[in-house]
Amino acid sequence: MTAKIKEFPGISLSEQDFTDGKILFNFDKLNGIYAWDTGVGIGSYLASLKAGVILGSHCPNCRKIVVPPRTFCEFCYRPMDEFVPLNDSGTVNTFSLCYVTWDVKRIKQPEIPAVIDIDGASPLHGIMHMLGEIDPKKVKIGMRVKAVWKPAEERQGSINDILYFKPIKEV
Amino acid sequence: MGMQKVAVVGAGMTKFVRRAQETAKELTWEAAHMALESCEMTMDDIEAVCFGTAPDAFDGVHLNGEYVSDGAGAWRKPYMRSYVGGGTGVFVPIQGWYHIASGLFDVVMVVAEEKMSSYYPHAQAAFMTIFDHTTERPLKPNLLWIFAMEMNRYMTTYGISKADIAQVAVQHKRNAADHPCALLGDKDITLQDILNSEVLAWPVQRLDVSPVSDGAVAVILAAEHIAKRITDKPVWIEGVGWHLDTSYWTNRELAYPRYVEYAARMAYDMAGIKEPRKEINIAEPYDPFDYKALHHLEGLQLAERGKAAELYSDGTASRSGNMPICPSGGLLGVGNPIAAAGLMKIAELFWQLRGEAGARQVPGQPRRGVAQAWGDLMQVGTVVVMGK
Amino acid sequence: MTLLQRDPKAPASWQGELPVTNRYTYGLAGEKFFRTIKDEGHILGTHCPHCDHTYVPAAAFCERCLRKLDEWVDVGTIGDVVTYTFLYVSLDGSPLEKPEIVAFIRFGDGGLIHRLGEIEPDQVEIGLMVEAVFKPKSKRIGSILDIKHFSPVKI
Repeated sequence: MTAKIKEFPGISLSEQDFTDGKILFNFDKLNGIYAWDTGVGIGSYLASLKAGVILGSHCPNCRKIVVPPRTFCEFCYRPMDEFVPLNDSGTVNTFSLCYVTWDVKRIKQPEIPAVIDIDGASPLHGIMHMLGEIDPKKVKIGMRVKAVWKPAEERQGSINDILYFKPIKEV
Repeated sequence: MGMQKVAVVGAGMTKFVRRAQETAKELTWEAAHMALESCEMTMDDIEAVCFGTAPDAFDGVHLNGEYVSDGAGAWRKPYMRSYVGGGTGVFVPIQGWYHIASGLFDVVMVVAEEKMSSYYPHAQAAFMTIFDHTTERPLKPNLLWIFAMEMNRYMTTYGISKADIAQVAVQHKRNAADHPCALLGDKDITLQDILNSEVLAWPVQRLDVSPVSDGAVAVILAAEHIAKRITDKPVWIEGVGWHLDTSYWTNRELAYPRYVEYAARMAYDMAGIKEPRKEINIAEPYDPFDYKALHHLEGLQLAERGKAAELYSDGTASRSGNMPICPSGGLLGVGNPIAAAGLMKIAELFWQLRGEAGARQVPGQPRRGVAQAWGDLMQVGTVVVMGK
Repeated sequence: MTLLQRDPKAPASWQGELPVTNRYTYGLAGEKFFRTIKDEGHILGTHCPHCDHTYVPAAAFCERCLRKLDEWVDVGTIGDVVTYTFLYVSLDGSPLEKPEIVAFIRFGDGGLIHRLGEIEPDQVEIGLMVEAVFKPKSKRIGSILDIKHFSPVKI
């Protein structure tokens, strides 16, 4: 069919067309303001973060320990029977050096998001967070890292109660 | 099995552009109208409509599927909208497929559309919604993070270099130069161009990513007895598969897409395919990023884990090779309107298997192709096998 | 502890915002429809000869038969009120001093939703003929608000 069709529909505009007023348009702004229920699982996770502990949960059937904690096992579809405090250290599963912010602005010093497999949880179970106090060129998958917490009186029960993870100096 | 056989009998699409003048409804209509004309049918022949479009946040319209439904010809017809992120493009034909396979309908119009340019100033900010609001958004994440981290893990686990991966971008963008609707087709692009492009979120560089685009695609599906009356070259949907992985993306092995494998196995079983590498003639894996094409080819069982890059370096993947990959130019070359991109691959297989793909035609009368898409936080896999 | 008990120290909710800004093009039909409102103070519709249906606001294609629409029709600036309502409360819930009157006014086989003005609530009725009152040409930008409101036709 594409061999026979000469012209495909679709009119492309450039930014200049808008500034020149070649076409009409209008702006609209909506603002969604949310208060999400934290629920039992994440509520307990946030309460633990305030106390300086990373929480996971344990499934009696498949014996997995997962993080963040939840009230039922996604794999067995059974209730998880207990919350388990985990270490606040882990291994870097993967990372990136990001030079662009969420609203598309360029930055000079990269942010370093990473997936960190938390010690005490089942293998390949981790959380996303940032790495800090490290030269971007030296980050490696497999590095051992530890959480750097906000001082206790500043913690609010949020993922940002952990400022970032920094490398553990192994002897 | 008691199911009707289903064929694709017509297809149409708009150009994929950075910002379209048409409204979402008009883009949808342009694709649907073209699909109808391609097989000389009218809305009276269509019994039901299946439509796919991505997050309502892009358009700022609630129930966007229903808002845009007039362009898909849904007026006074049974209508369903599906949305599984990027997987929608290959999922909505599956939805259309089971409308007919079940015997409930005989002719269905399947449309997928995206207008990302309405989101101002840049659609990327809308992707904040992909992250968990309580445990991840406070870190001010960026869509690029997920892909960059997955790419990093893939590269490190299998020892694949950026140059190996960049071959994919080069080949797809060159292929796209022959696609009349392509946004980023480039006959002369080189490996160095890709490797020299701006680093966005290491290891992702600017030319590793497919662009935000507007566009729409439509196909018409018909049951066997009707398909044979409309055209002498129906392209049959031989197998479908779809699968979901854990919703906690940090609890998963990122180097290998299991959800694509399971969706592929479901589709191959249905199509009676025992050795995909020998029986598939054309592959259209989903390639929003160049490494993703490799990642998905491994999930589709078309390459050993970690070895998909060899298909490009030894020429298998080129249009004249043993198993051409993305002869359309894929998302990297043609563009990435989120929901419509997967359906573009289905339309491509339709045209390829009928010998109507013009300058992009794969030689040697290809018999069977597989199209695959993926969505959300890397957990939805959708696969369709088509054959003639 | 049973898992379904909330931890008393847990924050009950997590708050966040999702600002959504959109810049909409008017599209192929919308471009002409709104330019005509802006430059000429006229309301246009498009007519499908196959279904004999006139779309207002103007559409690029017929939603019933999916044919392209090329036949543009001036539907005038006077229409009848199909239905209406009085608003006593504004968007954020605060009470309005005077009720706002919003109506659906028929043009062609479609119509426009807009405000009624220069009329008292007890004069509004279904079937009332109303006329578009435009802003002065210099103030029009190509928007549905280029029409200030609809008011009863002066006999």
